[in-house]
Amino acid sequence: MALTREQLAQRVAQEFQDGFYINLGIGIPTLAANYIPDGVEVMLQSENGLLGMGPFPLDEEVDPDLINAGKQTVTMARGASLFSSSDSFAMIRGGHVDLTVLGAFEVDCQGNIASYMIPGKLIKGMGGAMDLVAGADNIIVTMTHASKHGDSKLLSECTLPLTGKGCIKRVLTDLALLDIEDGRFILRERAPGVSVEEIVSLTAGELVVPEEVPEMAFQ
Amino acid sequence: MSGFDKVVGSYEEAMAGLEDNMTVIAGGFGLCGIPENLIKEIRRKGTRGLTMVSNNCGTDEFGLGILLKDKQIRKMVASYVGENALFEAQMMSGELEVELTPQGTLAEKMRAGGAGIPAFYTATGYGTPVGEGKEVREFDGRHYILEESVQGDFSIAKAWKADRYGNLMFRKTARNFNPMAVTAGRVAVVEVEEIVEVGALDPDEIHLPGIYVHRLIQGTFEKNIEQRTVRNA
Repeated sequence: MALTREQLAQRVAQEFQDGFYINLGIGIPTLAANYIPDGVEVMLQSENGLLGMGPFPLDEEVDPDLINAGKQTVTMARGASLFSSSDSFAMIRGGHVDLTVLGAFEVDCQGNIASYMIPGKLIKGMGGAMDLVAGADNIIVTMTHASKHGDSKLLSECTLPLTGKGCIKRVLTDLALLDIEDGRFILRERAPGVSVEEIVSLTAGELVVPEEVPEMAFQ
Repeated sequence: MSGFDKVVGSYEEAMAGLEDNMTVIAGGFGLCGIPENLIKEIRRKGTRGLTMVSNNCGTDEFGLGILLKDKQIRKMVASYVGENALFEAQMMSGELEVELTPQGTLAEKMRAGGAGIPAFYTATGYGTPVGEGKEVREFDGRHYILEESVQGDFSIAKAWKADRYGNLMFRKTARNFNPMAVTAGRVAVVEVEEIVEVGALDPDEIHLPGIYVHRLIQGTFEKNIEQRTVRNA
Protein backbone atom coordinates (compact mmCIF):
# COMPACT_ATOMS: atom_id res chain seq x y z
CA MET A 1 0.00 0.00 0.00
CA ALA A 2 1.22 3.46 -0.85
CA LEU A 3 1.86 5.64 2.19
CA THR A 4 -0.85 8.05 3.26
CA ARG A 5 -0.01 11.72 3.76
CA GLU A 6 0.13 11.09 7.49
CA GLN A 7 2.53 8.15 7.07
CA LEU A 8 4.77 10.25 4.81
CA ALA A 9 4.82 12.91 7.50
CA GLN A 10 5.59 10.27 10.15
CA ARG A 11 8.47 8.85 8.15
CA VAL A 12 9.91 12.34 7.62
CA ALA A 13 9.72 13.01 11.34
CA GLN A 14 11.78 9.87 12.02
CA GLU A 15 14.70 11.82 10.53
CA PHE A 16 14.41 14.57 13.14
CA GLN A 17 17.25 14.67 15.64
CA ASP A 18 17.41 16.39 18.99
CA GLY A 19 18.69 19.95 18.55
CA PHE A 20 17.90 20.21 14.84
CA TYR A 21 16.88 23.52 13.25
CA ILE A 22 14.42 22.48 10.53
CA ASN A 23 12.64 24.20 7.66
CA LEU A 24 9.45 22.42 6.59
CA GLY A 25 7.85 23.26 3.25
CA ILE A 26 4.14 23.69 2.66
CA GLY A 27 1.94 20.55 2.64
CA ILE A 28 3.16 17.14 3.79
CA PRO A 29 6.46 18.52 5.18
CA THR A 30 4.49 20.82 7.51
CA LEU A 31 2.44 17.83 8.76
CA ALA A 32 5.68 16.23 9.98
CA ALA A 33 5.64 18.71 12.86
CA ASN A 34 2.77 16.62 14.33
CA TYR A 35 5.00 13.54 14.66
CA ILE A 36 8.14 14.82 16.37
CA PRO A 37 9.56 11.76 18.18
CA ASP A 38 9.46 11.61 21.99
CA GLY A 39 12.55 13.07 23.63
CA VAL A 40 13.49 15.02 20.50
CA GLU A 41 13.42 18.79 20.59
CA VAL A 42 13.53 20.62 17.26
CA MET A 43 13.22 24.28 16.32
CA LEU A 44 11.16 25.02 13.22
CA GLN A 45 12.30 27.83 10.93
CA SER A 46 9.77 29.81 8.92
CA GLU A 47 11.58 31.67 6.17
CA ASN A 48 9.55 34.86 6.43
CA GLY A 49 11.41 35.51 9.70
CA LEU A 50 10.68 33.20 12.64
CA LEU A 51 12.77 30.55 14.33
CA GLY A 52 10.83 28.51 16.86
CA MET A 53 7.41 28.13 15.30
CA GLY A 54 4.68 26.84 17.59
CA PRO A 55 1.31 25.21 16.83
CA PHE A 56 -1.60 27.00 15.17
CA PRO A 57 -3.20 29.51 17.54
CA LEU A 58 -6.39 29.12 19.49
CA ASP A 59 -9.13 31.31 18.07
CA GLU A 60 -8.49 34.05 20.63
CA GLU A 61 -4.70 33.95 20.06
CA VAL A 62 -4.83 34.75 16.32
CA ASP A 63 -2.43 37.57 15.49
CA PRO A 64 -2.24 38.97 11.94
CA ASP A 65 1.38 39.96 12.61
CA LEU A 66 2.39 36.35 13.23
CA ILE A 67 2.23 34.01 10.24
CA ASN A 68 4.29 31.21 8.72
CA ALA A 69 5.77 30.94 5.24
CA GLY A 70 2.49 29.47 4.01
CA LYS A 71 0.77 32.65 5.25
CA GLN A 72 -1.11 30.72 7.96
CA THR A 73 -1.51 32.18 11.41
CA VAL A 74 0.85 30.50 13.90
CA THR A 75 2.25 30.88 17.40
CA MET A 76 5.78 31.05 18.74
CA ALA A 77 7.41 28.24 20.71
CA ARG A 78 9.40 28.83 23.88
CA GLY A 79 12.83 30.16 22.86
CA ALA A 80 11.60 31.60 19.56
CA SER A 81 13.27 34.52 17.83
CA LEU A 82 12.14 36.97 15.16
CA PHE A 83 14.17 38.58 12.37
CA SER A 84 14.00 40.03 8.88
CA SER A 85 13.75 37.99 5.69
CA SER A 86 17.35 38.82 4.80
CA ASP A 87 18.55 37.44 8.14
CA SER A 88 16.32 34.44 7.57
CA PHE A 89 17.91 33.65 4.22
CA ALA A 90 21.37 34.28 5.63
CA MET A 91 20.61 31.33 7.92
CA ILE A 92 19.39 29.27 5.00
CA ARG A 93 22.06 30.20 2.44
CA GLY A 94 24.76 30.09 5.06
CA GLY A 95 24.02 26.43 5.74
CA HIS A 96 22.91 26.92 9.35
CA VAL A 97 19.64 24.98 8.99
CA ASP A 98 20.14 21.27 9.78
CA LEU A 99 17.32 19.81 7.72
CA THR A 100 15.08 21.05 4.92
CA VAL A 101 11.99 19.13 3.79
CA LEU A 102 10.07 20.18 0.72
CA GLY A 103 7.83 18.84 -2.03
CA ALA A 104 8.55 18.48 -5.75
CA PHE A 105 6.98 17.68 -9.12
CA GLU A 106 10.05 15.78 -10.35
CA VAL A 107 13.52 14.79 -9.23
CA ASP A 108 16.19 13.05 -11.24
CA CYS A 109 19.14 10.80 -10.49
CA GLN A 110 21.56 13.72 -11.00
CA GLY A 111 20.06 15.29 -7.86
CA ASN A 112 18.13 17.91 -9.80
CA ILE A 113 14.73 19.05 -8.54
CA ALA A 114 11.79 20.70 -10.34
CA SER A 115 9.14 22.05 -8.00
CA TYR A 116 8.01 25.53 -8.90
CA MET A 117 6.70 25.83 -12.41
CA ILE A 118 4.72 23.98 -15.06
CA PRO A 119 5.09 26.15 -18.17
CA GLY A 120 1.73 27.31 -19.50
CA LYS A 121 -0.13 25.87 -16.49
CA LEU A 122 1.26 26.87 -13.13
CA ILE A 123 3.45 29.93 -12.79
CA LYS A 124 3.18 30.99 -9.19
CA GLY A 125 6.84 31.33 -8.39
CA MET A 126 9.51 29.63 -6.37
CA GLY A 127 9.14 31.51 -3.09
CA GLY A 128 12.04 30.40 -0.91
CA ALA A 129 12.47 26.94 -2.48
CA MET A 130 15.48 27.83 -4.67
CA ASP A 131 17.34 29.34 -1.72
CA LEU A 132 16.46 26.37 0.48
CA VAL A 133 17.73 23.72 -1.94
CA ALA A 134 20.87 25.74 -2.73
CA GLY A 135 21.68 26.42 0.91
CA ALA A 136 20.98 23.13 2.66
CA ASP A 137 23.15 20.06 2.71
CA ASN A 138 20.55 17.82 4.30
CA ILE A 139 17.36 17.88 2.21
CA ILE A 140 14.48 15.43 2.04
CA VAL A 141 12.12 15.73 -0.90
CA THR A 142 8.62 14.35 -0.31
CA MET A 143 6.50 13.53 -3.33
CA THR A 144 4.36 10.90 -5.00
CA HIS A 145 6.43 8.33 -6.87
CA ALA A 146 4.37 8.49 -10.04
CA SER A 147 1.46 10.42 -11.51
CA LYS A 148 -2.13 9.17 -11.44
CA HIS A 149 -1.47 7.80 -14.93
CA GLY A 150 1.54 5.81 -13.74
CA ASP A 151 4.19 8.15 -15.15
CA SER A 152 7.31 8.13 -13.00
CA LYS A 153 8.39 11.36 -11.32
CA LEU A 154 11.81 9.92 -10.50
CA LEU A 155 13.53 10.53 -13.79
CA SER A 156 16.89 10.25 -15.49
CA GLU A 157 16.50 13.95 -16.31
CA CYS A 158 13.88 16.43 -15.11
CA THR A 159 11.60 17.72 -17.86
CA LEU A 160 10.27 20.80 -15.99
CA PRO A 161 12.24 23.99 -15.20
CA LEU A 162 14.65 23.28 -12.36
CA THR A 163 14.45 24.66 -8.84
CA GLY A 164 17.97 23.46 -8.09
CA LYS A 165 20.77 21.55 -9.74
CA GLY A 166 22.61 18.61 -8.23
CA CYS A 167 21.41 19.35 -4.70
CA ILE A 168 19.06 16.47 -3.75
CA LYS A 169 20.41 13.37 -2.02
CA ARG A 170 17.29 11.87 -0.42
CA VAL A 171 13.74 11.36 -1.67
CA LEU A 172 10.75 10.00 0.23
CA THR A 173 7.85 8.97 -1.97
CA ASP A 174 4.57 7.26 -1.17
CA LEU A 175 6.25 4.00 -2.21
CA ALA A 176 9.87 4.23 -1.12
CA LEU A 177 12.77 6.01 0.51
CA LEU A 178 15.67 6.50 -1.89
CA ASP A 179 19.10 8.09 -1.80
CA ILE A 180 20.80 9.66 -4.81
CA GLU A 181 24.47 8.81 -5.21
CA ASP A 182 26.77 9.03 -8.23
CA GLY A 183 23.96 9.65 -10.70
CA ARG A 184 21.74 6.78 -9.52
CA PHE A 185 18.79 6.25 -7.23
CA ILE A 186 19.42 3.73 -4.47
CA LEU A 187 16.42 2.02 -2.94
CA ARG A 188 16.73 2.16 0.86
CA GLU A 189 13.26 1.33 2.17
CA ARG A 190 9.89 0.43 0.75
CA ALA A 191 6.40 1.27 1.98
CA PRO A 192 4.72 -1.60 3.86
CA GLY A 193 3.27 -4.07 1.37
CA VAL A 194 4.85 -2.45 -1.70
CA SER A 195 7.03 -4.78 -3.75
CA VAL A 196 10.48 -3.98 -5.09
CA GLU A 197 9.14 -4.85 -8.56
CA GLU A 198 6.45 -2.16 -8.34
CA ILE A 199 9.02 0.44 -7.31
CA VAL A 200 11.36 -0.63 -10.12
CA SER A 201 8.57 -0.39 -12.68
CA LEU A 202 7.64 3.14 -11.55
CA THR A 203 11.20 4.53 -11.38
CA ALA A 204 12.36 5.91 -14.72
CA GLY A 205 15.85 6.98 -13.61
CA GLU A 206 18.60 4.43 -13.03
CA LEU A 207 17.84 2.53 -9.82
CA VAL A 208 20.11 0.38 -7.70
CA VAL A 209 18.31 -2.26 -5.61
CA PRO A 210 20.41 -3.54 -2.72
CA GLU A 211 20.00 -7.14 -1.59
CA GLU A 212 18.03 -6.10 1.47
CA VAL A 213 15.29 -3.47 1.14
CA PRO A 214 13.50 -3.29 4.49
CA GLU A 215 9.91 -2.14 4.89
CA MET A 216 9.39 1.15 6.63
CA ALA A 217 8.40 0.78 10.25
CA PHE A 218 5.58 2.81 11.78
CA GLN A 219 4.37 2.89 15.34
CA MET B 1 10.72 71.37 14.39
CA SER B 2 13.96 69.41 14.11
CA GLY B 3 15.54 68.61 10.76
CA PHE B 4 15.45 65.01 11.90
CA ASP B 5 11.69 65.01 12.30
CA LYS B 6 10.35 62.73 9.53
CA VAL B 7 6.66 63.00 10.27
CA VAL B 8 4.43 64.18 7.40
CA GLY B 9 0.88 65.40 7.76
CA SER B 10 -1.02 63.33 5.19
CA TYR B 11 -0.82 60.30 2.93
CA GLU B 12 -0.87 62.65 -0.05
CA GLU B 13 2.25 64.33 1.29
CA ALA B 14 3.79 60.94 2.08
CA MET B 15 3.65 59.85 -1.55
CA ALA B 16 4.26 63.26 -3.15
CA GLY B 17 6.68 63.07 -6.06
CA LEU B 18 5.75 59.54 -7.11
CA GLU B 19 5.48 59.64 -10.88
CA ASP B 20 4.54 57.29 -13.70
CA ASN B 21 7.10 54.60 -14.64
CA MET B 22 8.99 54.78 -11.36
CA THR B 23 10.29 51.78 -9.41
CA VAL B 24 8.76 51.19 -5.99
CA ILE B 25 10.06 48.68 -3.45
CA ALA B 26 7.45 47.47 -0.99
CA GLY B 27 7.82 45.62 2.31
CA GLY B 28 5.47 42.89 3.48
CA PHE B 29 5.05 39.14 3.15
CA GLY B 30 1.69 38.03 1.83
CA LEU B 31 -0.67 40.47 3.56
CA CYS B 32 1.45 40.55 6.71
CA GLY B 33 3.18 43.82 7.48
CA ILE B 34 2.21 45.50 4.23
CA PRO B 35 2.03 49.29 3.93
CA GLU B 36 -1.68 49.05 3.20
CA ASN B 37 -2.50 52.75 3.38
CA LEU B 38 0.46 53.82 1.25
CA ILE B 39 -0.69 51.31 -1.37
CA LYS B 40 -4.20 52.77 -1.20
CA GLU B 41 -2.69 56.23 -1.73
CA ILE B 42 -0.92 55.00 -4.89
CA ARG B 43 -4.26 53.64 -6.06
CA ARG B 44 -5.94 57.00 -5.35
CA LYS B 45 -3.16 58.92 -7.11
CA GLY B 46 -3.54 56.71 -10.18
CA THR B 47 0.20 56.52 -10.86
CA ARG B 48 0.83 54.13 -13.76
CA GLY B 49 3.57 52.12 -15.43
CA LEU B 50 5.10 51.21 -12.08
CA THR B 51 7.73 48.59 -11.53
CA MET B 52 6.89 47.04 -8.16
CA VAL B 53 9.45 45.06 -6.24
CA SER B 54 7.83 43.03 -3.46
CA ASN B 55 7.77 39.42 -2.36
CA ASN B 56 4.09 39.04 -3.30
CA CYS B 57 1.43 41.05 -5.09
CA GLY B 58 -1.36 40.97 -2.53
CA THR B 59 -4.76 39.44 -3.22
CA ASP B 60 -7.41 40.63 -5.65
CA GLU B 61 -8.99 42.77 -2.93
CA PHE B 62 -6.11 43.83 -0.71
CA GLY B 63 -2.50 44.93 -0.75
CA LEU B 64 -0.65 45.50 -4.02
CA GLY B 65 -3.36 43.52 -5.83
CA ILE B 66 -5.59 46.62 -5.81
CA LEU B 67 -3.11 48.33 -8.16
CA LEU B 68 -3.78 45.69 -10.81
CA LYS B 69 -7.41 46.73 -11.37
CA ASP B 70 -6.47 49.81 -13.37
CA LYS B 71 -3.25 48.25 -14.59
CA GLN B 72 -1.04 50.62 -12.59
CA ILE B 73 1.73 48.00 -12.42
CA ARG B 74 3.73 47.38 -15.59
CA LYS B 75 6.31 45.07 -14.12
CA MET B 76 6.36 42.96 -10.98
CA VAL B 77 9.49 41.59 -9.35
CA ALA B 78 8.37 38.96 -6.82
CA SER B 79 9.06 35.45 -5.54
CA TYR B 80 5.52 34.15 -5.29
CA VAL B 81 2.35 35.41 -6.94
CA GLY B 82 -0.04 32.54 -6.37
CA GLU B 83 -2.82 34.30 -4.47
CA ASN B 84 -4.11 36.55 -7.18
CA ALA B 85 -6.38 35.67 -10.11
CA LEU B 86 -6.16 39.10 -11.74
CA PHE B 87 -2.39 38.89 -11.58
CA GLU B 88 -2.39 35.58 -13.39
CA ALA B 89 -4.72 36.89 -16.08
CA GLN B 90 -2.61 39.99 -16.77
CA MET B 91 0.57 37.95 -16.75
CA MET B 92 -0.80 35.37 -19.18
CA SER B 93 -2.05 38.08 -21.56
CA GLY B 94 1.37 39.77 -21.49
CA GLU B 95 0.08 43.08 -20.07
CA LEU B 96 2.08 42.54 -16.92
CA GLU B 97 5.77 41.72 -17.06
CA VAL B 98 6.90 39.40 -14.26
CA GLU B 99 10.40 38.72 -13.03
CA LEU B 100 10.25 35.77 -10.67
CA THR B 101 13.05 36.11 -8.15
CA PRO B 102 13.92 33.66 -5.37
CA GLN B 103 12.80 34.97 -2.00
CA GLY B 104 16.24 35.04 -0.40
CA THR B 105 17.77 36.63 -3.48
CA LEU B 106 15.04 39.27 -3.43
CA ALA B 107 15.72 40.06 0.22
CA GLU B 108 19.44 40.28 -0.45
CA LYS B 109 18.92 42.46 -3.56
CA MET B 110 17.11 44.96 -1.34
CA ARG B 111 19.66 44.69 1.47
CA ALA B 112 22.57 45.15 -0.94
CA GLY B 113 20.76 47.99 -2.72
CA GLY B 114 20.51 49.86 0.55
CA ALA B 115 24.05 49.02 1.57
CA GLY B 116 25.79 50.33 -1.56
CA ILE B 117 26.65 46.90 -2.94
CA PRO B 118 25.81 46.75 -6.67
CA ALA B 119 25.80 42.97 -7.04
CA PHE B 120 26.58 39.74 -5.20
CA TYR B 121 27.20 36.07 -5.94
CA THR B 122 24.76 33.44 -4.74
CA ALA B 123 24.36 29.71 -5.39
CA THR B 124 20.59 30.18 -5.42
CA GLY B 125 19.23 29.71 -8.93
CA TYR B 126 22.39 28.33 -10.51
CA GLY B 127 21.46 25.89 -13.29
CA THR B 128 17.80 27.03 -13.25
CA PRO B 129 15.86 29.54 -15.38
CA VAL B 130 16.78 32.22 -12.81
CA GLY B 131 20.46 31.81 -13.65
CA GLU B 132 20.02 32.08 -17.42
CA GLY B 133 22.12 34.87 -18.92
CA LYS B 134 23.80 35.68 -15.61
CA GLU B 135 27.52 35.59 -14.93
CA VAL B 136 28.66 32.36 -13.27
CA ARG B 137 31.73 32.03 -11.07
CA GLU B 138 33.17 29.13 -9.22
CA PHE B 139 34.33 29.53 -5.64
CA ASP B 140 35.80 26.52 -3.84
CA GLY B 141 34.28 24.11 -6.36
CA ARG B 142 30.73 25.49 -6.20
CA HIS B 143 28.91 27.53 -8.83
CA TYR B 144 27.41 30.91 -8.05
CA ILE B 145 25.51 33.42 -10.18
CA LEU B 146 25.88 37.18 -10.10
CA GLU B 147 22.72 38.95 -8.96
CA GLU B 148 22.38 42.73 -9.17
CA SER B 149 21.02 44.65 -6.24
CA VAL B 150 17.91 46.80 -6.47
CA GLN B 151 17.07 50.36 -5.53
CA GLY B 152 13.74 52.11 -5.77
CA ASP B 153 12.77 55.65 -6.65
CA PHE B 154 10.49 55.12 -3.67
CA SER B 155 10.20 52.46 -1.03
CA ILE B 156 7.07 51.93 1.03
CA ALA B 157 7.10 50.00 4.27
CA LYS B 158 5.15 49.31 7.45
CA ALA B 159 6.60 49.25 10.95
CA TRP B 160 4.98 48.92 14.35
CA LYS B 161 6.35 51.88 16.30
CA ALA B 162 8.55 54.81 15.46
CA ASP B 163 9.81 57.93 17.14
CA ARG B 164 9.55 61.22 15.25
CA TYR B 165 13.13 60.77 13.98
CA GLY B 166 12.04 57.63 12.12
CA ASN B 167 13.76 55.11 14.37
CA LEU B 168 11.72 51.97 13.78
CA MET B 169 10.54 48.91 15.64
CA PHE B 170 8.76 46.08 13.89
CA ARG B 171 6.39 43.53 15.37
CA LYS B 172 6.70 39.73 15.06
CA THR B 173 6.74 38.40 11.48
CA ALA B 174 5.42 41.71 10.16
CA ARG B 175 9.11 42.66 10.02
CA ASN B 176 9.83 40.39 6.99
CA PHE B 177 11.03 42.49 4.01
CA ASN B 178 10.29 45.86 5.59
CA PRO B 179 13.72 46.84 6.98
CA MET B 180 15.54 46.11 3.72
CA ALA B 181 12.82 47.73 1.62
CA VAL B 182 13.25 50.95 3.61
CA THR B 183 17.01 51.05 3.10
CA ALA B 184 16.72 50.52 -0.67
CA GLY B 185 14.45 53.49 -1.41
CA ARG B 186 15.78 56.87 -2.56
CA VAL B 187 12.63 58.21 -0.95
CA ALA B 188 11.75 55.85 1.89
CA VAL B 189 8.21 56.23 3.20
CA VAL B 190 7.16 54.35 6.33
CA GLU B 191 3.76 54.07 7.95
CA VAL B 192 3.43 52.92 11.55
CA GLU B 193 0.79 52.15 14.15
CA GLU B 194 2.20 54.55 16.68
CA ILE B 195 4.58 57.51 16.67
CA VAL B 196 6.18 58.32 20.01
CA GLU B 197 8.31 61.23 21.14
CA VAL B 198 12.05 61.16 20.55
CA GLY B 199 13.77 59.47 23.47
CA ALA B 200 10.82 57.23 24.29
CA LEU B 201 12.32 54.21 22.50
CA ASP B 202 15.23 52.35 24.06
CA PRO B 203 18.10 52.77 21.53
CA ASP B 204 19.04 49.11 22.07
CA GLU B 205 15.61 48.02 20.88
CA ILE B 206 15.46 49.99 17.65
CA HIS B 207 15.42 47.56 14.70
CA LEU B 208 16.18 50.14 12.00
CA PRO B 209 17.70 53.58 12.60
CA GLY B 210 15.91 56.65 11.29
CA ILE B 211 18.79 57.57 8.95
CA TYR B 212 17.12 55.37 6.30
CA VAL B 213 13.67 56.92 6.69
CA HIS B 214 12.62 60.08 4.82
CA ARG B 215 8.91 60.31 5.52
CA LEU B 216 6.90 58.90 8.39
CA ILE B 217 3.16 58.75 8.97
CA GLN B 218 0.87 57.16 11.54
CA GLY B 219 -2.06 55.18 10.18
CA THR B 220 -4.78 52.75 11.12
CA PHE B 221 -4.57 49.26 9.71
CA GLU B 222 -7.05 46.57 8.69
CA LYS B 223 -4.41 43.82 8.87
CA ASN B 224 -6.29 41.32 6.75
CA ILE B 225 -5.37 37.67 7.29
CA GLU B 226 -4.82 35.48 4.25
CA GLN B 227 -5.00 32.03 5.88
CA ARG B 228 -6.67 32.15 9.25
CA THR B 229 -5.65 28.77 10.70
CA VAL B 230 -6.56 27.79 14.28
CA ARG B 231 -6.41 24.73 16.48
CA ASN B 232 -9.19 23.54 18.77
CA ALA B 233 -8.89 24.15 22.49
